[in-house]
Amino acid sequence: MAFDTLLERITDYANRPDPYPLYAELRAAGVARQTDGSYLIGGYHDIVALLHDPRISSDRRHRAAPYRGLSEDDELLVPFIRLDDPEHHRLRSKAMRPFGPPHSPGRIDALRGEIARITEELVDGLRGRTRIDIVDDFAYPLPVTVICRLLGVPREDEPVFRDWSTTIVDAFDVRSGEDAAKRQLAGAQARTQMGHYLVELAERRRGRPTDDMLSAFVNDPGPAGEFTREELAANGTLLLVAGHETTVNLITNGALTLLRHPDQRDRLRREPELMPAAVEELLRYEPPVHLLPRVPLAHIDVAGTTLPKGVPVVLALASGSRDPKRFRDPDRFAPARQDNQHLGFGSGIHLCYGAPLARIEAQTALSALLPLLGAATLVEDPPPYRHSALLRGPRHLPIEVPPSAPAT
Amino acid sequence: MPGDLWEGRIVIVGASLAGLRAAETLREEGFTGPLTLVGEEPRPPYDRPPLSKQVLLGTTTADATRLPTRRDPDADWRLGVAATGLDPLAKRVLLADGESLPYDRLLIATGTRARPWPHPEQAALDGVLPLRTSDDAAQLADRLAAGPRRVLVIGGGFTGSEIASACREQGIEVTVAERGSGPLVGALGGTLSKLAAGLQRAHGVDLRCGVTVTALSGDGKGRFTGAGLSDGSHIDADVCVIALGAVRNVEWLADTGLAAGPHGVACDAGCRAFTMYGIVTDDVFVAGDVSRFPHPLFDYQLLSLEHWGNAVTQAEVAAHNMVHPGPHRRPHLGVPVFWSTQFGVNIKSVGVPTFSDQVVIAQGSLAERRLVAVYGYRGRVTAAVTVNMAKWLEHYQSLIETAAPFPPAPGAADGHPLVAEFPVPSDVPDPKGLSHGPTVALTGHLPDRRLTVVRPGS
Repeated sequence: MAFDTLLERITDYANRPDPYPLYAELRAAGVARQTDGSYLIGGYHDIVALLHDPRISSDRRHRAAPYRGLSEDDELLVPFIRLDDPEHHRLRSKAMRPFGPPHSPGRIDALRGEIARITEELVDGLRGRTRIDIVDDFAYPLPVTVICRLLGVPREDEPVFRDWSTTIVDAFDVRSGEDAAKRQLAGAQARTQMGHYLVELAERRRGRPTDDMLSAFVNDPGPAGEFTREELAANGTLLLVAGHETTVNLITNGALTLLRHPDQRDRLRREPELMPAAVEELLRYEPPVHLLPRVPLAHIDVAGTTLPKGVPVVLALASGSRDPKRFRDPDRFAPARQDNQHLGFGSGIHLCYGAPLARIEAQTALSALLPLLGAATLVEDPPPYRHSALLRGPRHLPIEVPPSAPAT
Repeated sequence: MPGDLWEGRIVIVGASLAGLRAAETLREEGFTGPLTLVGEEPRPPYDRPPLSKQVLLGTTTADATRLPTRRDPDADWRLGVAATGLDPLAKRVLLADGESLPYDRLLIATGTRARPWPHPEQAALDGVLPLRTSDDAAQLADRLAAGPRRVLVIGGGFTGSEIASACREQGIEVTVAERGSGPLVGALGGTLSKLAAGLQRAHGVDLRCGVTVTALSGDGKGRFTGAGLSDGSHIDADVCVIALGAVRNVEWLADTGLAAGPHGVACDAGCRAFTMYGIVTDDVFVAGDVSRFPHPLFDYQLLSLEHWGNAVTQAEVAAHNMVHPGPHRRPHLGVPVFWSTQFGVNIKSVGVPTFSDQVVIAQGSLAERRLVAVYGYRGRVTAAVTVNMAKWLEHYQSLIETAAPFPPAPGAADGHPLVAEFPVPSDVPDPKGLSHGPTVALTGHLPDRRLTVVRPGS
């Protein structure tokens, strides 16, 4: 059997700034087995079909022996993002109770004012500066502050959990051909530590609720009952990590895209009501999450190929969102695009839990940045990227602002 | 000349969901001619699904369900006046106020009305209500808010079940009387009907199946007090809701020569009406609940659907075809989808569950009250119904669209192998034996009457 090197090339750090030509190659090649044995899928319709197929698992413990990671079988700390129904449903519903409908339909909308205030403070801090790193000065602190407020994690602990978070994200990156054992071990350790930390925080609020999700988890668990300590550790960790490792990329990719498309940036300044649609377009055009690992529970036919049971599958969401079979002129950034059912938040039962929050954060952040971006120039294009091919985004995004320019 | 299609006069009869969406789509597609919307009800178009749910619970009011518009249809609205007839030769719609409207192309979207209680003097008792219109819902909501001792719901279809659910949620005692073997059996078949019956009883509904209501009785002063059942029992109640299904609004089309009957107005896949001889017209189109259209996934049987989504998609296709020449016309091939919320569960259906001989629980279980039931007909998948698992629907829709083998391949993440691999009969009843009408009727090709129209002088 011939093996394809596309996954190897996509995950190669040298291609991080622009993986899109590789995605086009992937869509042309169809479903193909990669050098590490996994199958890589990049067509929109194939991805959507698999994301809705109940025979596709998110639980990596279903991988056949040669593809298993170290000590995954006895892993206790599995968050709902890596579980299948009915466990996934049970845990996600509990986690959703203080976050969204049906029990807390107004929670995220009520954060709008606070998100606007935090954004304003950050923008104020940029005033008068001629050199700004969009990531460190803005796109990272914003979602971190918001998720801390929402979960009930002290903002000043950020240096502590930032390292854990980096290690965790590193551990589930898709890297072709490399022995992942060391990364996974470090990741498991960091997850244990962060889980422990969050459970302690929650326990301190038992009987003394503050207005945050950790308090709600222990004080108002609802009819389905409380999370066990292990469940709270695993799922709290998921919310904290996912709450700030993805939105930072969405905001940064957004700023970068607007700097690269000054005409669209100016249009958004003239027509601010286009911002919600522009964020959807960013989720399609430069999404924070590029790859999604899955494993078939049975032999599954897709696009003329049989995906064997137990052999890992990688869904290239970012490729699907650029598929010309679904989107007209897919490589064009079109903020007013209609019929934009992108894969930026995935699809099916694992559709992004935090999507409503991410949308408000990105809309608020980019609206507030627009005046600054109007005067700024990119220092480096492409900017230096983070290592991850799965959660893709710049590590830094340095811009220069002329001293005379207004900050807002 | 194609240019003509974007001009000329268009009349839409029926100003509810299908009529409104068709009018908007006509303008969207570039139609510039005069457009008239005729509606029997005096209100602008409103949304009906909340009338049996949120309105009865008091979380919204009946006058707050007005349909949002996508764009201004720039139409002449004739609300509060019914169409009473049609002259297809002179191309005129006759109105109740004596006026007649000329048209070049006509869209029939008159929908359905509530099937009335068959005895008019009993139906006139104070406390006996149908539920179809916004005014019906406002009245019923008032009655429920007044705290009746008991509500009797006649008919255990979707509307009847949702009303019973709204009663129980407010602590009101309710009896549901259904002639068939269980609630929802007409739409979902026997297996899921058992789940629905269990849900109703668990929520305290006094569910009576296999019985008919023989008579509604009053207190001598015209007020409803109770009803007798065919098993000899008597129900004391203050309110009685008639939920016997829907009747197509086709009477105004009698003697027009169009293929209009109890199942609706037959049309082709492009929404063009048939005459009763099976000849397709090219100036009369049909959309929404009043239509009856062939579907290739269901052996080209004519389907009559009472579904929100079908009213929208069929209206869009009809409007498109009204302003496009033949080769640019589109077929209405949407797979039927509907939903209901009742007794704390979300039920969603795709395909036609009654077009089946077997059913299998592919995911979840009856015990968890979370499941996907997949329906098959002669070895292919024809429908799926989810209970609290709606996110899976898309997968099963693709199985229906591709005529995938039934039962579906095993291996689903939360399937129970011993259940998921052994289908049981889907137990779809003859709709004649039900109190409630099924929300999908397979109406076959049957011209049930042999008729001719004699047009003197033509």
